[in-house]
Amino acid sequence: MTWVLDNLDVLASYTGAHLVQALPPILVAFLLSLPLAKLANARGWLRTSVTTTSGLLYAIPSLPLFVLLPGLIGTSVRSPLNIAIALSLYGLALMVPTASDAFRSVSRDVLGSATAQGYAPAARFLQVELPLAGPVLLAGVRVVAVSTISLVTVGGVLGVPSLGMLFTDGVRRGIVEEIAAGIVLTAVLALLTDALLVLLGRLIMPWTRRVEGSRP
Amino acid sequence: MNDSPFVESLRWLAEPSRWSGPAGIPLRTLEHLGYTALGILLAALLAIPLGLAVGHTGRFKGLVVATAGAARALPTLGLVTLFALLMGIGLTAPLLSFVILAIPSLLAGAYSAVESADRATVDAARAQGMTELQVLTRVELPLGMPLLIGGVRGATVQVVATAMLAAYVGNGGLGRYIFQGLGSQNYPQMIAGSLLVIALALVLDLALLLIQRLSTPRGLRAA
Amino acid sequence: MIAFENVRKEYPGGTLAVQDFSLEIASHESLVLVGSSGSGKTTLMRMVNRMVEPTAGRVLIDGDDVAALDPVQLRRSIGYVMQASGLLPHRTVLDNITTVPVLRGTAKREARERAHDLMETVGLDPALASRYPSQLSGGQQQRVGVARGLAADPNILLMDEPFGAVDPIVRSELQRELQRLQHELRKTIVFVTHDIDEAFLLGDRVVILRPGGIIAQVGTPQEILAAPADDFVASFVGADRGARTLHVERVDGRDVVVDADGRAAGVLAGERPS
Repeated sequence: MTWVLDNLDVLASYTGAHLVQALPPILVAFLLSLPLAKLANARGWLRTSVTTTSGLLYAIPSLPLFVLLPGLIGTSVRSPLNIAIALSLYGLALMVPTASDAFRSVSRDVLGSATAQGYAPAARFLQVELPLAGPVLLAGVRVVAVSTISLVTVGGVLGVPSLGMLFTDGVRRGIVEEIAAGIVLTAVLALLTDALLVLLGRLIMPWTRRVEGSRP
Repeated sequence: MNDSPFVESLRWLAEPSRWSGPAGIPLRTLEHLGYTALGILLAALLAIPLGLAVGHTGRFKGLVVATAGAARALPTLGLVTLFALLMGIGLTAPLLSFVILAIPSLLAGAYSAVESADRATVDAARAQGMTELQVLTRVELPLGMPLLIGGVRGATVQVVATAMLAAYVGNGGLGRYIFQGLGSQNYPQMIAGSLLVIALALVLDLALLLIQRLSTPRGLRAA
Repeated sequence: MIAFENVRKEYPGGTLAVQDFSLEIASHESLVLVGSSGSGKTTLMRMVNRMVEPTAGRVLIDGDDVAALDPVQLRRSIGYVMQASGLLPHRTVLDNITTVPVLRGTAKREARERAHDLMETVGLDPALASRYPSQLSGGQQQRVGVARGLAADPNILLMDEPFGAVDPIVRSELQRELQRLQHELRKTIVFVTHDIDEAFLLGDRVVILRPGGIIAQVGTPQEILAAPADDFVASFVGADRGARTLHVERVDGRDVVVDADGRAAGVLAGERPS
């Protein structure tokens, strides 16, 4: 514990840097996935190719992507922006197929009856389709959040500040405690974010809450 | 040199000396494949029977789902460096992290494969007099095979990436080129190494994707 | 012969599916259990092949307590046909029909030959043998289900609302086929349905169940119609609505049978009773 107690300021600053790199990609992946999924769902072949491409993109290990991106879009290998952009791509690779499933899971009958009641397309999307796709979307965002927070650490080997620096620094200086602290903090950060998302989901989607005493 | 780093990385790859010897690309690729195969195999021996049992009996379902979910929060690099420090150089440390990181995908794949079978179909099979093992091997497993392969696919993605990071703590594999390039500020070499890892990852993923498609039982295709 | 002796089924959590049920089913008899959902009819039927274990009481087949028999062997000796057929979607029609004989160790070739015969018996075109269930119509799937149930030539056939998922025209066709089959094969059939017309059509005897597996009345269709035991039975069979009270009206020189509401039920054949 002594290493941890002596280095609380370092831990705090890495945690901050970690969140700055992780949270924007999660948000970007979520927001961009909605129009992309709607677009993909419009055509069968488009949906298939988007799903396949996403799967393959996700199969690319993170470090090589961090290394390649600067050559493609002119970011710097050691910049947090580079990491954030790569992680947004991973987030999209996970989120677009999920969002596509989410929109497809909404009953056609419900949408049809909403149209028949006189919902305009935009209102129908915002007030009927999006809320009903909500539970599946939430499940997707949770996976994106946990995986993004964990992936940020890989930037540590490139010297981009995050909790990942505790691993590279720890192994160089032979401090087990430092690495353990990094693992625990990363996992706690991921699980906390996940818990917050679940809570948020209950708040904005009260109809998904299980009624007290009712059986599933 | 005014060439773009990509052109230089191609030049690096085209160098004949890179394609032979213990540090050559073929051997490094084989090393990488070997790590991956060994890691997946060991993890599969543990996770697949467990996942099948949980899916078939429905016991400990919540626990398995929660564990597989929580395991995603573990940072790969953290495990690799931790085990390297605790166990020193050698194959045990990286293998341990491969196995740990492959288990959640395999477990979830095996579990959901069994669980995905239509309960009415399973009930009918049992009512006809299939033993529990026959229900599992003749009904649940063939019907869920694509999901099981999906789990192997997810685990492979994870382990290929982890095997690359293992080079950071002195192991072989294609990650070597990236970390050597990083150490010597050789960006073209880093790109070349990255391209090799990406190619390997994509080839493996596509192969498994193909197997996954082929494993869909004929009666379920285009129905 | 199948005998239920004071069987009771309580599910964990306290749901009482069957309170106390006793009944004897004679060999070669076709017995229909009829009731609405929650009447315990399926639970009772599934006790015969030990898909459900009673909490108390015994089920005997030809004097043997089924609890003492190996459930897997027991199930292989009893035909089972269920709603939406429960066919294995990844196996062809022929492989589905031969499942049980193959499990019992019959040689594949022999099982296949018999399966071809069975397909004919249940009115299936042999050309469908290599199709997958998803490539068949609902009625065809149900016929495969019946053929599969008969494949091991069992003495007992359990049928769990087998025709519940097909449209009315196909259903009445399948019902007629089953009548024909039963006339030829003389199996002991336990048939579960919620449709009283189907029960009267197919049952030598019919058991009308109240919620909780309580017998409201047992008897032949004629007996039940002639003397409904109480208001529950009368309402269940439709006697209270006049649907079962028929009289004859003379129209254009023919005798038309009409129910209490004046709806025509058919034409009287032969001489008018006087």
